[in-house]
Order: sequence, then C-alpha cells, then structure tokens
Amino acid sequence: MSAFRQSVEAMIPALRRYARALARDADVADDLVQDTLVRALRSERLFLGGDVRSWLYTILTNLNKNRRRSLARRPQFMQLTENNPDASGTEAEGRDIERALSTLVEEQRSVLLLVMLEGLSYREVADIQGVPIGTVMSRLARARAHIKAALEGSRPALRRVK
Amino acid sequence: MTERMISVTEDELHAYVDGELPGERRADVEAWLAAHPDDAERVQSWRAMAEMLHARYDMIAQEPVPRRLEIERLVRRPRQWIWGAAAAAVIAFVAGGGAGWVAHGAASAPSAFQSFTLDALDAHRLYVVEVRHPVEVSGDERAHLQAWLTKRCGWAVRAPDLEASGLKLVGGRLLPGPNGPASFLMYETASGERFTIYTARTTSDATQMRYATQDKDGALFWADRGVGYVVSGGSDRDRLRKVAQAVYDQAEKNGS
Repeated sequence: MSAFRQSVEAMIPALRRYARALARDADVADDLVQDTLVRALRSERLFLGGDVRSWLYTILTNLNKNRRRSLARRPQFMQLTENNPDASGTEAEGRDIERALSTLVEEQRSVLLLVMLEGLSYREVADIQGVPIGTVMSRLARARAHIKAALEGSRPALRRVK
Repeated sequence: MTERMISVTEDELHAYVDGELPGERRADVEAWLAAHPDDAERVQSWRAMAEMLHARYDMIAQEPVPRRLEIERLVRRPRQWIWGAAAAAVIAFVAGGGAGWVAHGAASAPSAFQSFTLDALDAHRLYVVEVRHPVEVSGDERAHLQAWLTKRCGWAVRAPDLEASGLKLVGGRLLPGPNGPASFLMYETASGERFTIYTARTTSDATQMRYATQDKDGALFWADRGVGYVVSGGSDRDRLRKVAQAVYDQAEKNGS
C-alpha cells in the first residue's frame, strides 16, 4: 500500500470519532467517513504533499456542511435512548455532552470538536474552515460558553453553589 | 510582586487551556488565575468539558473499523459507481449487500435505513388518507392476507394483534420495496387514527429502534434477521413507541 494510503488509513479511527460527535447518528457518521475516504482516495494524484490529517478533516467538515444543507428538507432521525433509564453516571454524562453539542450551531460545534477532541491547532482549524484565526477563537469561546451553560442547565445538581 | 500584572484577556485564557499560549506568558496567566477565582473556575470547567468529550467519544476511535470503511475495499470499486445517479445508487446499495458506499454518489444520499424509512413513510401518507380503498385485502380475511403476503414476500408476514392498543386490522397490501416486495399492513382505532406496518428486506442490521419524523407523521425503524420494519403513525411519539413495541414483541414471539 502506498504511503499516502497508509496515512489515510491511520486516520480512520479519529475521523470516525470526529464524525460521530459531529453528526450524532452512528450510520450517518460512518457514511460521512466513507464519503471522505472515497473523495480522498480519488484525489490521491492531486494531493501534492502537505498534511493529510488536516486535509481529511477539511473534507469531512465540508461534506457535513453540505449534508446538513440538503437535510433541511428531510425528516430528522434520532436514536431512541430513553429505554435505558438506569444508565450509569458516565453514560448519563455522555448523553448530557451529546445533547449539549447538538444545540451548537454547525461552525461552533466543528471548531469545538477539532480543538478539544481532535487536538488540532487554531491555525489548522482556521485553514479547515477557511476563516481567520480570530474567527476560530471567537467561535471556540462562544461554543464553550454555550456548552457550559447547557451542561449546567441539564444537571442542576452539579451547579456550584456559593 | 505581581504589581505589573498585565490583565489577561478571554482569548488568552482559551489559548492557555489549548496549549496555544506563548511560553513567556504562561506564568502571567497562572498568576492571574490564582488571583481571579471566577476565571479559574471557567478554565477548570473547560478542562472538565474536554474530559467529558473524550470519555464519550474516544471509544469510537477504539472500535474496530467497519468493513465498509476498509481502504482496500474502497479502492477496489470501479469508478463509474461513484458517479451513478443517486436514486439508482441507493437501490444498488440495498441490493448490493455490504457493498457500502455506492449509495454515496451524492454526499447527501441518505443511508440505507433512512431511505427505507422514507419509503415506508411515503406509503403511509399515501394510503392512510384513503377512505374507500386503503387496502387490497381486508382485515376480515386475516389468514388469507398473511398467507398471501408471506408467499409473495418470502418471509413470514404476520399481522400482529394490536387490540390491546385499541387498534383493529384494516387489512394490507403488497408494495414494491427497496429490494423486492414489501408488505404493508394498516390498523385503525375506533376514532379513525391509523397506523401502518411496512416490512421489506434490508441490509441494515440496526437492532436499535430509530425514530424519524416528517411533518405530522412519525415512524420507527428497526431490523431483524434481514427484514426491516417501519411502524408509522401520528406525531405522538410515546403512543407510536408503544404500538411499535407490541409489534416487535409479537414478531419476536413468532419469529423464533
């Protein structure tokens, strides 16, 4: 296998993680990863060096943006999770963060996940989204404030009482 | 000693947490945080947020990669499939078993279970408004209906008894499904509220129920032993779930 393909392959687990957090639904997330891989492999000859990792995140982020645009007219799908009332603490926490993420606008969710979950630099995220670094930072700040408020709202017991 | 502490900006707090702050400024931020508990609390909450994200999503990266995402499989595909018309590709996808991504000629093509559910919802909407001819075979001929649909579809089609949910069998019909025939059963309450059950062959192995809603209709999808089920009804999700549960339970009982 070519070095290019190997570096694409090495990214699949991280892309799946990012896609799942971005799109919530497991099938939709893997569809996104698959589309990303197909597109990347198709452009193998067009890829003139550079960072494969950022490039893959860029493709996935753009595909998801297109998907959401065309989804506006489609029904919304979601997992029925309420048949698990006695979830453990971590599971409940996982659901809370998932729900909080879903209330973010698209660009903010993507910035938050790329920085906090995928560990990309502000510079890389700016390139992925095609915006100045200042925009990345303000999106990140707004996303964090929003998630913090959403988490505190859903779990009042954890709110700090002074 | 910290009298010349330059005030720390919001951006710097974020940069500090994300390891983007120039080294020479770190000590200043740390001193600032020691003196400003509100900011320290916020920084702490961002770190906790990152931990929650990793706790929730890192396991996805640790799962084995699904076969349809294997590079070798993806590069083996002939090129023209990629460009196939989206509608044809969706059918090819369902027919082609695990052959995955041919459905994704268009980035926005819905996944197998989604297009399946949409087919069922279309049928539901088309027939529930029908007054004189909602079905081909009436519910009075239950045994005949079941035998006919079973013969045409190729799996055991049973019209579940939903009297406990206040639903009486109106009857059923045969429809074209995504991959061969589909069975379509209609139920109604005394007040005329209608539910439908759509079944067809599917490659989706989603055992967990999925909920979809479009306009005033709701639908629940699941798959079992190669057959996909969609129970469609009104927008009352709890009611729909109870009906779907009854359908599921009876299919379980009869299927094994």
